Order: sequence, then C-alpha cells, then structure tokens
Amino acid sequence: MITQVSSSLYHQLVAFFEEELPLKGYQEPLGSIRKEAFARFKDSGFPSLKMEDWKYTNLQPLINQHYRLNDSIPGRNVNIDKAVIGGLDTYRLVLVNGHYRKDLSDTITDSGVVVCAIEDGVTEHEFLSHFAKYADRTDNPLVALNTALHEGGLYIHIGKNVTLKKSVQIIHVASADEAVFNQARNLFVLDENAEAEIIESFISNDHSVSLNNTVSELVLKEGARLQHYYLQVADEKSRYLNHTEVKQARHSLYNNYNCSFPGSSFIRNNINVRLDDTAVESHLYGVTLTAQDQLVDNHTIVDHRMPHCESYEWYKNIAQDTSTAVFNGKIFVQPDAQKTNAFQQNNNMLIGDKANIFTKPQLEIFADDVKCSHGCTMGQFDEDALFYLKARGVGEASARVLLVHAFAFDVTEKFSNTHVRAYVDSLIERGLVID
Amino acid sequence: MLSIKNLQASVDDKEILKGLNLEVKAGEVHAIMGPNGSGKSTLASVLAGKEAYEVTGGEVTLDGKDLLDLSPEDRAREGLFLAFQYPVEIPGVSNINFLKTAVNEIRAYKGLGPMEAKEFLKLVKEKQKLVEFDAKLANRSLNEGFSGGEKKRNEIFQLAMLEPKLAILDETDSGLDIDALRIVANGVNHLRSKNNAFIVITHYQRLLDYIVPDFVHVLYKGKIVKSGTKELALELEEKGYDWLKESVDAEENAAI
Repeated sequence: MITQVSSSLYHQLVAFFEEELPLKGYQEPLGSIRKEAFARFKDSGFPSLKMEDWKYTNLQPLINQHYRLNDSIPGRNVNIDKAVIGGLDTYRLVLVNGHYRKDLSDTITDSGVVVCAIEDGVTEHEFLSHFAKYADRTDNPLVALNTALHEGGLYIHIGKNVTLKKSVQIIHVASADEAVFNQARNLFVLDENAEAEIIESFISNDHSVSLNNTVSELVLKEGARLQHYYLQVADEKSRYLNHTEVKQARHSLYNNYNCSFPGSSFIRNNINVRLDDTAVESHLYGVTLTAQDQLVDNHTIVDHRMPHCESYEWYKNIAQDTSTAVFNGKIFVQPDAQKTNAFQQNNNMLIGDKANIFTKPQLEIFADDVKCSHGCTMGQFDEDALFYLKARGVGEASARVLLVHAFAFDVTEKFSNTHVRAYVDSLIERGLVID
Repeated sequence: MLSIKNLQASVDDKEILKGLNLEVKAGEVHAIMGPNGSGKSTLASVLAGKEAYEVTGGEVTLDGKDLLDLSPEDRAREGLFLAFQYPVEIPGVSNINFLKTAVNEIRAYKGLGPMEAKEFLKLVKEKQKLVEFDAKLANRSLNEGFSGGEKKRNEIFQLAMLEPKLAILDETDSGLDIDALRIVANGVNHLRSKNNAFIVITHYQRLLDYIVPDFVHVLYKGKIVKSGTKELALELEEKGYDWLKESVDAEENAAI
C-alpha cells in the first residue's frame, strides 16, 4: 500500500532508483540488498500520521518537496567550531552531508581499530555478516529507504580487548546550497571486551534545507562496553531522521546519552536496543530542550529477549515557546527474558504556554518473573522554588537556569564524560528562553 | 532603617494587613508575636515580595528606598533577608552553587565583580563555623532531605553568607528542639551588629530567651495592637492573648 501518493520525494526516489540506478549500477553483494530494501520502501512509502508511531510527527511537509539526492560540492569547506567540546581531546572524524572527509579527520592509530567510509567497509572481514542484518528487521520504512539508497557513512571496527585511548568524536555536518537529501549509513562493531566512547555531534552550516535520513547499526560482542553520545546542535534548516539499532551480546554494556537543543526544526530519533543474550546491560538517557517551532521526537525500544538482563532508561523533556517534544518508550520483556530488571522514567517540563509534550511509556511483558517499573511526570516551574531563589537575590534568569539544570540533573549526573556533561550544561543554559 | 506606614495587604481579596505601622532602626531587634491568623507570616511575605500578596495601601521603605516598588530579587540585593518558615527543597541545585550565584548577583547589583573562588570558599568555611552548619550539608542539594532543624540552620547559614541589613526570621523556632534552637539563636546573636537589624516572628517566648529583643509587638487582626519591651513577651507567655483580643474587639465594637 502506498500511503504517500502526494509525496514528491517519494516519486523522485522511485524514478531515481528505477531509471538512473541501472545506469550507475551497484555492485554485488550490496546490489541485491539494496534492491530488496527498495522494494520494501516502494511498497510501504513514507510513514504517515495514521501510523501509531508517527502520530505526532508529520513528515508530509518534509517529503513534499524536491531535493538533490547527492551532494553538489563533495569537497566543500565547512566550519566545525560548533561541535568543539571544551577541554576534551578526541579522535575527530568529520562527515559532510554523510560523506567521510579524511582530509578533515584524525587518523586513529590504536592497533586493532578500523575506520573507513562505509563503501570501503564492504571488503572488510565480518562487514557482510552485520550490515543490514538488524535495523532492517524493524518495520521502519526509512530504514529500508536508507538501506536501498544510502550514500556515505562510517564503518568502525574495534578489535578484541582493545580499549580506545581517546574518545571518538564523529561530527556530522549538514551543509547545502540547495535542498539536499542525505542518507548516511553507519556500522560500528565492537569485538569481545572492546571498550570505546563515541560522541556524535550534529551541526550544520545552514545555507539551505537538508533532510538527513541516517541509519546506524551497532554490534556489541561479549563483554564489549560502549558509551555513546548524541549531541544535536544543528540549525533550523537541517532536519533529521535517525535510526539506531543496537545488538548486544552477553556481559556487554551499552550506554546511550541522547541530547537535543534548540536549533534543528525537526528531529526524529529511533533508538532500539536488543538485549539478545543473557547478562546484558543497557542504559538510555535523554535530555531534550526545545524552543520556537521545533519538534523533537524520541522513540525508543528496549527489547529484553534473554534472561538476567538489566535496562535503565531516563528521559527528560523541557519544551519552550511553541515547540513540541515527543517521547515514546517501549519496553518488551519476551517470554524467555525471566529475571529481567527494567526501569523507565520520563519527566517533562512544559515551560512555553503553547508548547506541547506527548509522552507514552509502553511496557509489554510476556515473562512472569521480572521487575519492571515506569513513571512519567509533567510539570512547570515551581513557583515556590523560584521565589525562594529570588528572595536570596538571584534574578529571574539565573533562577530559571538553576531550576532547569536541577531538573536535568538526574540525567546529566549519569554522564560518564565530565567534559561532555559541562558542555551539555552550558547548552542548556544557552538554550533557555528568558522573557 | 525600615519604615512601615499604614501597610494594607490582601490575599485572594481577603484583607489581612489592615494598616500596620512599624519603625526598625539599625542595631535593633524587634519581636513580632500574635495569635494564629493575625498576619505575622503575611507581613514577612509581603516584605519579601511574594506575588500572591497584593499590597492595597501604605508604604514601606528600607533606608529611604521604596521597597514595594522592587522585585523580590532587588529587595534581597538592597539588603532584605527572609528566613523562611518552610524553606523550599530544590533537588539538583547544590547549596554552594546557589549561594555563589546569590552572592555574585548581589555583588553585581552593587557594581562589584564576582568573588574569587578562594575568597568565597574561605567565607563559606568561616560562616559555617559561626552558625555550626555541617560542611557535608553545604555540599548537598539545597535543603533536599534535610531535617527540619537542618533546614532552619541552613537559613541562618545563608543569612550569615549574605550579610543583609535587615533580616526577618519567620517562625525560625518552629520545629526546633532545644539544642537546635540554641545553635540558631547563637548564630543570630553572632551576626547582630549596630549596622543591621532583625525582625523575629515567633509564637513563643522561648526563642526570646536566647535572642533578646529590644522591642516586642503584638499583631492582631492585621495591626500592631500593643508594643513594649521584652517584658511584654513574658506577660504574654503568662496571660495568653485573650486579654489583648478582648480589649481590641471591645474597641472595635465601640467604634461601630
């Protein structure tokens, strides 16, 4: 069923795939994967408001326009100052409109580490046993579209027992002179007992509109540990559709810290964690501060498939002006996942008189010997607390900053990296609208 | 220092203060007593600038400055301090960070630069000692999980840090055991000087054994109906408020 008959991007993509691609030609083995994925996308079309998971997030205005489907200036100059995190020394990897820019990136010299453009990853050992094996199992049409037509992205492989000496910072720059549709694809594989911290910053050099449909697949093998940050600081004209699929093996630990700030007008994050083995631990933390007409939608799935696993999720939303924040947290506890410990908390602060927050905790439990809890709150500034602070000489602006920091504190205190935490605190401060 | 003339205030259209007069000079301690519902806490809230209270008449000046015209934060910056009857818990805001923000915003108001970190910490240590405030508490979230006594001691610690001209203690003795009461009172006594003044609002004479007032006022039906020296507090302790209420009510009836 084609649900988006009126989408000009849909027709553009279909025409592109069917008419131009045979000329360009995709080599096997990816060629058939792309074809099969495109058939799925062609069949489903873009998600519409009629779908439960897209109820509050209208793609129509985004897909109802014409985009360039590849970057017009591959070697363009970009400014990455906005992604700098004070005091933090990282291996910096820069992607411009999805394309890995070696000329702007650091070389990681640690042994046992492979970093390359996704198109060069195909020949790497193991690549094909993971690529499109996880995210494509979901029914997200945007994943199928990305699998079919992805261009750019990174392949990172961290070998057995390797602990990265420094954090890796991936800077995603959106930069366009005319409306561009980018579809980066990432695959990160951490071998047994590998340990890393990956910080992904999203920025833009905003000249024109960009729509970025990114899919990342992450594989954590036995005992691997990954700290994974998303820092969304792009500008108004850049729009994002991110899908992250994490597959975890025994004794692995995955921590995701997902932070969005005023800027980008449209952000949809899907973060799915599959606890596919016993004794797996996953933590999902989120801080979302929205302003103006922004929409930030975080959809997460924590999928407990095996016994003795633990998951912990805590998302905080602060909505200002006329912005909208959406949180949807699904926890599945499958029949085999006995002795599961799953915790979810979502707290919301509605500051703008015309701001919206939609939140939906969803627990589906099919095992009987589990501990699961969830909670959700909605509130505003505490007038008594504001008055208390003012009565000590603290002005309105500082008082609000203190209270919003306090609200976000439960989440920010969990950050493993103190520099990132300070950076996020300062972004919260800068992102607050004081009338 | 503080001059209150014919102050009238209401909350939710209910008139609470009905023409209150009070003069407080530097170096003085005034105690305000009175039965429940007489307007004691309303007076404290109105002076501090709480929004829910509407001032319908009269004037209040602090060293000649019109207080009622100022925002709550500017009143604090001018040197007014309210020790809350119920200090608010603010999880996630560290006591020290909060105090640093307060100290520096008050300094900025006076045209001074921020205090050096070293100097600030020195001041914190000195004042902690002065009011016997546990250093561990100072580093915790503001009042979060503090006992009633700890919260009140934190108010006095903040008072010591901010060094206001005029401090209003709103039932600081409520919920305190004898030891905590003594510590709080000692703190206040250490901070008394010829340059500052205190208004102590209390139900009980007990606190006034420790913080000896220069004047005692009785508030009833939104007005000060009797003023005297510390002996008045003892008389109230002995006789209760009924004799005062009766004479005020009788006067009211006579007027009608």
